[in-house]
Parts: sequence; structure tokens; C-alpha cells
Amino acid sequence: MTGISRMMAGFGLGVAMTAGALAPITAYAQDTIKVGVLHSLSGTMAISETTLKDTMLFLIDEQNKKGGVLGKKLEAVVVDPASDWPLFAEKARELIAVNGVAAVFGCWTSSSRKSVLPVFKELNSILFYPVQYEGEESEKNVIYTGAAPNQQAIPAVDYLMSEEGGAVKRWVLEATDYVYPRTTNKILEQYLKDKGVAPEDIKINYTPFGFSDWQTEVAAIKEFGSAGKKTAVVSTINGDANVPFYKELANQGVSAEDIPVVAFSVGEEELAGMDTSALVGHLAAWNYFQSVDNPANAEFIKNWHAFIGNDKRTTNDPMEAAYLGFNLWVQAVEKAGTTDTDAVLKAIVGLEVPNLTGGTAKVLPNHHLTKPVLIGEIQADGQFETVWQTEGDVPGDAWSDVLPEDKGIEADWTDPLTGCGRFNTATNTCEVAPAAM
Amino acid sequence: MATRILTLIAFLFAVAFAPLPALAQDDLAAEINALGPGSFADRTKAIDVLVATGDERVPPVLQALSDGNLYIRRSDGKVVIATKAAVGLQLTDPVDGADLGALPASELEKIKTNNGLRGRIRTAIGKLTLLSPDQPVRLAAAQSVLKNADPAMLELLDQAIAAETDPGIKSTMELARSVIVLKTDASVDDKRAAIDLVVAQNNRAAQTVLRNTLDTAPDELKPTIAAGIDSIGRTLAVWDVGQNLLYGISLSSVLLLAAIGLAITFGVMGVINMAHGEMVMLGAYTTYVTQLVIQSVAPGLMEYSLAFAVPAAFLITALIGIGIERGIIRWLYGRPLETLLATWGLSLVLQQLVRTIFGPTNKLVQPPTWMSGTFELWNLSFTWNRLWIIVFAIAVFIALQIILNRTPLGLQMRAVTQNRRMASAMGIRTPFVDAMTFGLGSGIAGMAGVALSQIDNVSPNLGQGYIIDSFMVVVFGGVGNLWGTLIGALSLGVANKFLEPYAGAVLAKIAILILIILFIQRRPRGLFALKGRAVES
Amino acid sequence: MLTQLLFRALDKKAIWLVFALVFIAIAIPVANLAIPEGNPLHLPNYMVPLLGKYLNYALLALALDLVWGYCGILSLGHAAFFALGAYAMGMYLMRQIGARGVYANPVLPDFMVFLNYKDLPWFWNGFDLWWFAFLMVLFVPGLLAFAFGWFAFRSRVTGVYLSIITQAMTYALLLAFFRNDLGLGGNNGLTDFKDILGFNVQAATTRAGLFAASALALALAVIICSAIVNSKLGKVMVAVRDAESRTRFLGWRPENVKLFAFVVSAVLAGIAGALYTPQVGIINPGEFDPANSIEAVIWVAVGGRGTLIGPIIGAVLVNAGKSIFTGAFPDFWLYCLGGLFIFVTLFMPKGIVGLFQKLRPRKGKEASSAAEAGEDPSTLPQSKPVPEPAE
Repeated sequence: MTGISRMMAGFGLGVAMTAGALAPITAYAQDTIKVGVLHSLSGTMAISETTLKDTMLFLIDEQNKKGGVLGKKLEAVVVDPASDWPLFAEKARELIAVNGVAAVFGCWTSSSRKSVLPVFKELNSILFYPVQYEGEESEKNVIYTGAAPNQQAIPAVDYLMSEEGGAVKRWVLEATDYVYPRTTNKILEQYLKDKGVAPEDIKINYTPFGFSDWQTEVAAIKEFGSAGKKTAVVSTINGDANVPFYKELANQGVSAEDIPVVAFSVGEEELAGMDTSALVGHLAAWNYFQSVDNPANAEFIKNWHAFIGNDKRTTNDPMEAAYLGFNLWVQAVEKAGTTDTDAVLKAIVGLEVPNLTGGTAKVLPNHHLTKPVLIGEIQADGQFETVWQTEGDVPGDAWSDVLPEDKGIEADWTDPLTGCGRFNTATNTCEVAPAAM
Repeated sequence: MATRILTLIAFLFAVAFAPLPALAQDDLAAEINALGPGSFADRTKAIDVLVATGDERVPPVLQALSDGNLYIRRSDGKVVIATKAAVGLQLTDPVDGADLGALPASELEKIKTNNGLRGRIRTAIGKLTLLSPDQPVRLAAAQSVLKNADPAMLELLDQAIAAETDPGIKSTMELARSVIVLKTDASVDDKRAAIDLVVAQNNRAAQTVLRNTLDTAPDELKPTIAAGIDSIGRTLAVWDVGQNLLYGISLSSVLLLAAIGLAITFGVMGVINMAHGEMVMLGAYTTYVTQLVIQSVAPGLMEYSLAFAVPAAFLITALIGIGIERGIIRWLYGRPLETLLATWGLSLVLQQLVRTIFGPTNKLVQPPTWMSGTFELWNLSFTWNRLWIIVFAIAVFIALQIILNRTPLGLQMRAVTQNRRMASAMGIRTPFVDAMTFGLGSGIAGMAGVALSQIDNVSPNLGQGYIIDSFMVVVFGGVGNLWGTLIGALSLGVANKFLEPYAGAVLAKIAILILIILFIQRRPRGLFALKGRAVES
Repeated sequence: MLTQLLFRALDKKAIWLVFALVFIAIAIPVANLAIPEGNPLHLPNYMVPLLGKYLNYALLALALDLVWGYCGILSLGHAAFFALGAYAMGMYLMRQIGARGVYANPVLPDFMVFLNYKDLPWFWNGFDLWWFAFLMVLFVPGLLAFAFGWFAFRSRVTGVYLSIITQAMTYALLLAFFRNDLGLGGNNGLTDFKDILGFNVQAATTRAGLFAASALALALAVIICSAIVNSKLGKVMVAVRDAESRTRFLGWRPENVKLFAFVVSAVLAGIAGALYTPQVGIINPGEFDPANSIEAVIWVAVGGRGTLIGPIIGAVLVNAGKSIFTGAFPDFWLYCLGGLFIFVTLFMPKGIVGLFQKLRPRKGKEASSAAEAGEDPSTLPQSKPVPEPAE
């Protein structure tokens, strides 16, 4: 009796507790539409993702003030996947299967997206992914509202190669060792070589996550830059490691006029933790800057400050991406008249919403958006000043045309049921095996 | 007195040799106004026109443009210099410096610059101020000319060299002249002399200059240049070792600071203190709060905010440490492995607490100006903040040695940790000493946080990044021995920095960890093992 | 004959435990598959892999308890063995995807195509065969544990020094596996699995099967651990835990005893990892995080170390709590979890099992002495905690 009773007590308690706590509250479900928010609120990624959770709550609040969607109020279901990638999958399953959310807004790192992907496919739900990423992916169940590499990395390099950007001839690709920088660097390396940059003029360096002692690396950049050709650094350094990197840059006196650093993961929020007076002129490439002078943006910032109760809080690119994704979802649901996944996915392709920089975000058949590309220089007040931007919006390209193996590959989800994530236009075949169902 | 006369002479010189007569006021105002509208390309042309005037009123305007202080007044399109005022922006006329009153920011449009423009302005100012009476201005000008080495500058440079009295500035100017000479089609002899001058500099900048001229140089000079590059390369290789050592020492000082508090709580008391990193983190947040307070109470003291932050961080984290000891740790003496669990739980709570109070994002800790920047000594480059952190680490280490070895409290601490019951029998209030020891260790961790706030993120995760390294350092050096911690930090830091250039950051770190594992096999009690009966415990 | 041997090796409690686990292995799949939805006894689909995951963690905790609770080796690196087993399984599952990946390459997994690999790295060979992969699940963690233990125990590295170098080991592996150059998927790890042994990993029946396998593996581990701790060897293990030097002076070779326990424990952890991968659907270097090892230690402590049932209860309860709190109080769950750890350490030194024993004092001294676990009382002046609340 003793062993089994304790065993059963323990296990049974576990099952009961889990089942009880996870059990959906059915009484509510009739009056509201639930929306899942899947961002880390603790652990290493909380530093970036918590803001997006707040943004989602803000957007849902705003929408409810306007009367909700389909005449129903929206209800946010917030969970904390704790920067733990397997937990992302578990929490995604919980949101969809237990809470019955209509769509999920979430994830930041590629790993977390890869982790939840099978869950979204299996349970057929929608994920709105608001962060710039490495591309090379197009899934039926994901809407990518951040930038693909051709909407960030390539225009930035083009700018630096231009006369106005300094006619850079020599490149350091400084990166954190994970898949986004690896892919971006792979694309950039190919692109630079295509543009006639010699291999010895490209230096690629990888450092681990959370790297904090940058003395050697910054010294190496200085030395690489002293070869007489105009040198620039393309940084895909991830979140945490950026602050010590920039502090070291400032201390070793790497000025933007000599060796500009262009970053793809440093936004207003990262700069808020730094004294930027020594960093003036270093660059970032995004699809949105808080400093963009536009009535829609001013309105957004004003409401955001009112919601969060702090007028010092910055806005940034992933926030705009979350804003676009949310508005697109609302429109798609209104258009479809239901929150049913396939109907919403069918409705969403081709939808357009105004973005915060004066352009239009349109959902392309490959589930990416059209976005303007802005190059900004860091200012002493921690903001960016746009020094260059593309004419019109750039359509997001899931499969980079720069890579030989991806030439002629497209994705088309116009019809979610028969769409294809990797369609070879040369052979007219869908290269993805049908999902094992 | 003498310097004043010299300055006067230099000034007269400058005026006498000014290349063009100063323009009439209106012309200049019109040319400055041309900076406003149009694209970056238009602005570049406008700058060139302004520079061509050679007017001494131009540099401040360009400087203001470069600093982002030049605005267009929306009402009439006039370009003005604006600085932050109590309300809106305070305007001055760029031509005559007249006060134009204040305007709200919405009435003004900032004139944008970019890196290209700033670089151009730097060169232009260099050109215009090469004959400035002001010594630092002249030095900056000389350096800027050296950086750009524009052949058109040769004539002006010759004038400046002839007039220069300061030997330091003169040598920079002469180097700049040599670099320019190498670019022009001067005679081979001239170039040879220029090469000798550059080679004599014997530093990285000189090597860069030589590398750049190698391709275009006349054939008979190529061997000389190549030899110069090689000889400088050999010198630099030696200095590189020194530089690596310096980086290593700097990393060691960070490791030492992070670990030394743990050397007390873990090393001396035997508490496996997983919340140690959070004490460091709290120290960094104390710095942040201290700066906020100083900012609002006495903004003039911001430069010295760290001087207030250090004791504040020590006190606060020490008090928290004492609280932890009294509340949790004291129930766990004799169960050291369980302290691991409790302090781990505590570290989760503390992280989340900071996240709740301050938010999850990075906080800005202002670096004081005396801790920013870099200076070159011989061929080594030192950054001020790293240097101060090294000094701070040494100071903390010495202070701790004194406390432990020269004060009654230190004596009691050592007594209690060596033989608790005996110490108690001798009349030492062991609970009090325990609390003080833990408080001391935590307080030191807090002071480390002040230093780390200068080089790392001030975020709730700050401590997590250091906790494992801290344990490695303490264990490598030998638990219970402060000297071991010092040597441990030094060897791990220096070894890491010597491996990094060859293996890359990740492999270097892995190699260090494997090294520690192997080292512990050889010396299972760390570098400085405690001797005596306690060893068998 | 065999059953007789088995029963001799098991004490009564362990038998009950095994029966309970076998019962769960049958009952949960039945509740999920056979009982129709709407019936209060029906178990929804999402619960099955979740419960399976808890059981995998329970197996990891049990493995850790074998070395910590019974042999006094506090390993802060057991997550490494777990993750290695998980990676071995992940490699098998990756090879099973075959041409169904995004790039439709019949040999190379997607991430290799992505990172311009031309050929399969040598260590991926053989992982398309299930028996080879399953062998590696046992062999790789076992080999690492053997090599590590061989050196460490012979050098008489003990106590916190051992704990810290096991932590260094898992940390080094974490950094190594994060490297994309290693050829194991870098930060993203291995994911998007399709089949296991020909069954679709996403199918409810496969999940139920994997759950049953997890429960049975745990039952098997209980039998093994029980057999070990009840044998003569087990007694020596406890002796090594309580007084290593004395055991050595009596003529035993503590290093060999420790090495044996360490390797068995590592293999068990590897099995747990292997079962974890297909149920969770992803394996990445995050599993090597030293924090995971520490958490596993905490499960053991919460449940009660030095008992076979304690770690299982601890792992299931803590993880169930984590699942619930991260959903119910996303902003505050760390307070709950952290507070729980402090509470358990302070007020339940013998864990949940100890609490039950306290509530119902029993004659058997065995369990209580086992739960005392951990330190060598002879060297610690105050083996009894709870000093006077001074001042």
C-alpha cells in the first residue's frame, strides 16, 4: 500500500493539477475571441520579448476600445515560455489545444520558431512572427511580419557600398554563432563576392551568446580596418552581447567616420541601455525607426506611452511588426467573418494595412510583407536618424535569390490548402513533400 | 608670458597667411544658408564652398553641423545654431554669433548629417585650423590631415611645420607631410626620406601607410618599403604579446572582482552561493539608482557618481546578504549542498524581483568622462575604464586581505570558519560572525557590480553570465584561499586571451573549461590546497 | 528463476512502484485512445506527451539520485548525459526524415543543406539504423561518464570540486553544441521530426506508445536501481557516501564503486533523453545548460533523496507546477518556483517523502537512514541542522 499510494498520490496529484489548471474555462469562450501571446517573460530573452508582450496587450486593448473583432471582445492569453525552446512548443500546444486561441503572436529567436513550428502545423493554427529573421522558410501556418534578409541585410550593404555610404571595400561580418547570423552572413558573403569583393577583404568572426569581453575582437576589427581600404562592420550580434560590444567600440575609439558598424539586431531598446554619445554615426538597418516623422507613428507612440505609463519607453521595429501582424489578423478575421484558421489564411493573403512609416504592408503569397528599408545613424540621444531609405516598399523574399540553390524558388499560399512553401519555378514542381498527416 | 607671445606670433602668422580674404558678411550668410535644403550631395557641395572661403568663422559652423546642432528656422529658412535650453532651443546666428532668442523644437528643422559628411567636415576643419593659435586644436588638425593625407594640403602643411613650436605636433605634421609626399610624384630622394621618417615611427599606423604606398611606389623604393613593413611587423609582433597580456589582465580583473565575493561566501564559509551573481547584479542596479538620485539632487556630481555608488552598493548588498544569512543560510550550516538549492531558488526570486521593479530591459549607467576613451603608450593601447577596473580589483583585493588578516573581525571570521565549536567556546559570537562574513562577501559582490556596470549590460541577467566563471575561478584557485582566487583569475583570464586570437572566442572558452577539468585531476583541491586534517573532509 | 532473482533484488516498495508504473503505462494510453471524448476519464491528446515528458524527467531524477542519494556524488552535469542521449535519438529521427525535409535532400538534414554541407559528417553515419542509434543512446553518455569518472574518481576529486568540474563539463558541451561548425544544428538543434521506427511521431497512437515506453523505461530503471541499492554493492555505495576514507581503509575501492554508479546513472539519463526527444519534438543545446542540471538536483531534493520514489515524485510535481504556473501566473511563477525551493530546503530537509515519513513514523530504519544522504557526518561538526535561532 505504502509505495503505490505515495506513487499514485504524487502522480495523480500531478495529473490532476495539470489537467485542472489547464482546463479551459468554457463559460467565457462564447463571448470573447482568445489571442495567444507567446513571449518569454523570464530568462535570457525576457529583455527583448517582454516589450512585445506589452505591445500585444496594448494592441488588444486598443482594438477592444474600438469594439473588438466580429462584435466580440478580444482576450489575451499570456504564457511564459521562459526562454526555454522546448517549453515554447509545450506552451504553444497549451495555447491552441487547451485555451483554444484563434491565433498566436509570439516567438523571437529562430530556435523558438523552429520549436513551435511542428505544433502549429499539427494543430493547424496561425503564428504571427514579428522579428527579422534568416529567411529560407515559408510555412502555411506562419505569417512573417519581420524582415527577410532582402529587406534588411542586402539594402544595408548596398548603402555602404554606395558613394554616399562611404564606398566600403572591406568587410568584417561580426556575429553571434547561431542560425540567423550564419544564414545572413552566408547570403552576404555570396552577395559581396558577386559584387567583386575579394575573399581576403571579408572577415567573418563568430562569438558565443552573451559574450562580454570584446577587447580582442574590437582590436582585431581595428587592425583589419587599418589596411588602407574603407572598412565597415556588419554586425549580427545578438541582444545581450551588444551592449558590451558597443561599450568596447566606444572605449577603443572606433569612430563611425573611420569604421562604421551597421547592425541588424540593435534597435532603440538596446540603445536605451547605453550612453550613445560616443557611438554617433554607427548604423542600423530596420524597417521602422521611432524617429520617423509621420502622423501614424506619432499617434502610435503617444498611445503606447499612455498605455505603458512611461513616456520614456521607446518603440522599435519588432513592435511595428507586431502592430502590422495584429492589424492584418484583425482585418483578415473581419474579411473571413470567422476565426477559422484556413479561412483567415485564405483571407489574409493580399491584405494591406498602412505601416507606421507612411508606406503599406501587404501580405504576399509567401506570407511575408512588403516593407520599406531604412538605414539610420545612431544619435547622441539614443535614437536613430534615417539617412537613407528605399524608394517604395520592398517585397519580402522567403528564399534568397542571392543563393544559387534558391534561385527561382518561390512560395505561394494564396490557397492555404493547396499552397506550396518551396515551389521551383524552373521545374514547376513543389519541392516540399506533402506534410505527413 | 613666453607662451603668450608665441601664441600671438602664431596667430599673426595664421592671419598673414590666410589663403583668401574673409568674405563679406552677406555672402557668408548666404553660403551657410545653402547648407540647409537639398540632399546630402547638395550639402557636400555647400560645405566645399564654405571651406573654400577659408573664413575663420566657418569651422564653428561646420562643427555645429557635425554635432547635429545646426537647424533650419521653419519661418524663414535661415540656418541657425541651436543648443538645448530650458524651454525649446536657444538660437545663435552662425555668422556673427548674435543671440536670436529661443524657439520650440517644432519651429526648427534639424539639418541631417551622415558619416560621409562628418568625415568631410573633420578634414575641412583640420585644413582650416592647422594654423590655429590653440594648441589642442592644432594637434587635432594635424591628426586629421595625417588621416586624410590630401596632396592639396602640402603647401599649407609646409607653412604650418615652419611655424610650429610644439615638438609633438610638429612630428605629427612631419609624418603627415611624409605620407603626402609618398602619395605625390615627388623625387625618389624625397620619398626615401619620407619613408625613413615613417619607418622611424615604428607603429601600426606607420605600417598601414607603408602598405598603402607599396603598390604605387617607384620600383627602386619597393624593397625599402617592404623591409620597413617587415621591421615594423616584427616590433608589432612583440608588442602584440604585451597587448594580449594586457587584455588578459583586464579580463582577469573582471573575473577576480566577480569571484572574490564568492571566495568569501563559498570559499571561506562553504556556502554554495548560487545567488552570488544576483548580488553582483544588485550592485549594478544600485549604481543605476545612485546615478538617478544624483541626477535629480546634484547633477554636478554626476562625474563622481561611482564614488557614491561603490559604498552604496557595498552597504545595500551587504545588508541583503546579512538578511539572507539570517533568514536562510543559518539554518543550513552543515548541509552545504542544500545551500545550493536554497540559494538557487533565491537567485530566481531576486532576478524576477528586479525584473518586476525595474523592468526587463537594460538600464543606462552613465560612464564618467574620466573612464571613457583610450590612450596609447608605447605600442599598447589602454582603455581608461579597463585600467580603472584593474586598479579597483587590486584595491578590493588588498582591502579584503587587510580585513581578514589585520582586524579583529577578520580574526574571528577565520577562527569560526576553521573551528566553529572551538571559536564558540572561546567566546566568539559565531552567529554574528557568520552574518558579518556573509555580508562581507555579498557586499564585495555588490562592489563588483558597480565595476561591471561600466562594461556590461545592466539587466536582470547580469549575474547569470558570471556565476559559472566565478565558481571556476574559486575552485581552480583552491577553495578557502584568497591568493588562490587571485592567481586563478589571473591564469584563466590571461590563458583565455592568449587562446582567443588563434582559436576564436568559443573554442578558447571550451579549452579553458577542459583545462580546468584536467587541472583538477592533477590537483583535486585546486591550486592552493588547504593543508592539514580538514583536507579529508 | 528470473522472477525469483528479480524479487530477491527488489524490496516491497520497489515492487509496488514498478506495478504502479506498469499500470500507468497501460492506463494513460487507454484513457487517451480508448475512452471517447466527453467521458470524464478521457485524457486529451495534449496531455500525453506532457505526462511523458514528466516521466522522462523523473527518470533523469532517478538516475541522479542513484549517484547523489546513494553514492554521495553531487553531479551538476547530468543534463549533459540526458542531452547526449537526446541528441543520439535526434540524429536518428533526423535521418528518418529523408527526402521529406524542406530541401528534399535524401541524405542531408535541412540545416546541413542550409549551411552548405556537401557530405554527411562522419559521426552521422549509422544513425539511419535504429539499432545503431539506440546503441549510441546508451553508449555515448556511458562512455563520457566512464572517461570522466575514471579520471576524476581515481584522482580522488570529491565534494564541491567534483560538482564544479561536472558543471564545467556540461558547460563546455553547451558551448560546443552551440557551434554550428560542430554539425549538429547549432543553436536551433534538431527538429521537425517525422517518423520513429516507421510510425508518425505526431500521431496520437505513437505518442501513447512513447508514453508507455517512458513509463516502462522508468519501471525498468526502478528495478535496476533497486537491484543495485539492495545488493552488497549498494551497501558499499552507501558506505562510500557516508565515509569514503573509512570504506577505503576497509579494503574497498571507492573509485570503482563510484565509477560503476556514475556510468549506470549516465546511461539511464541518456535513455531518458532519448525518450524525451520524440515527445517534445526538438532537441537543442539549451538542454546542456548547467541550470538544467541544477534543476534536476532540485527535483531530487524536493522529492526526497536516497529513496527510489522521491525523485520521481519530485520531478513530476515540480514540472507539473512549472507547466501550470507559467500559464497561470506568467509574471509571477518564478517567485512560486524559487520560493518552493527555499521552502523545501528549509522546512522539508528530507523532501516530500521525508514529510510522509515524519507524519507516519514507521519501524523501518532503512528509509530514514537513506534519506539522511549526502554528507559525511563524521567530518561535519553539526550534522544536526537547526542551530539555536541565535540573537
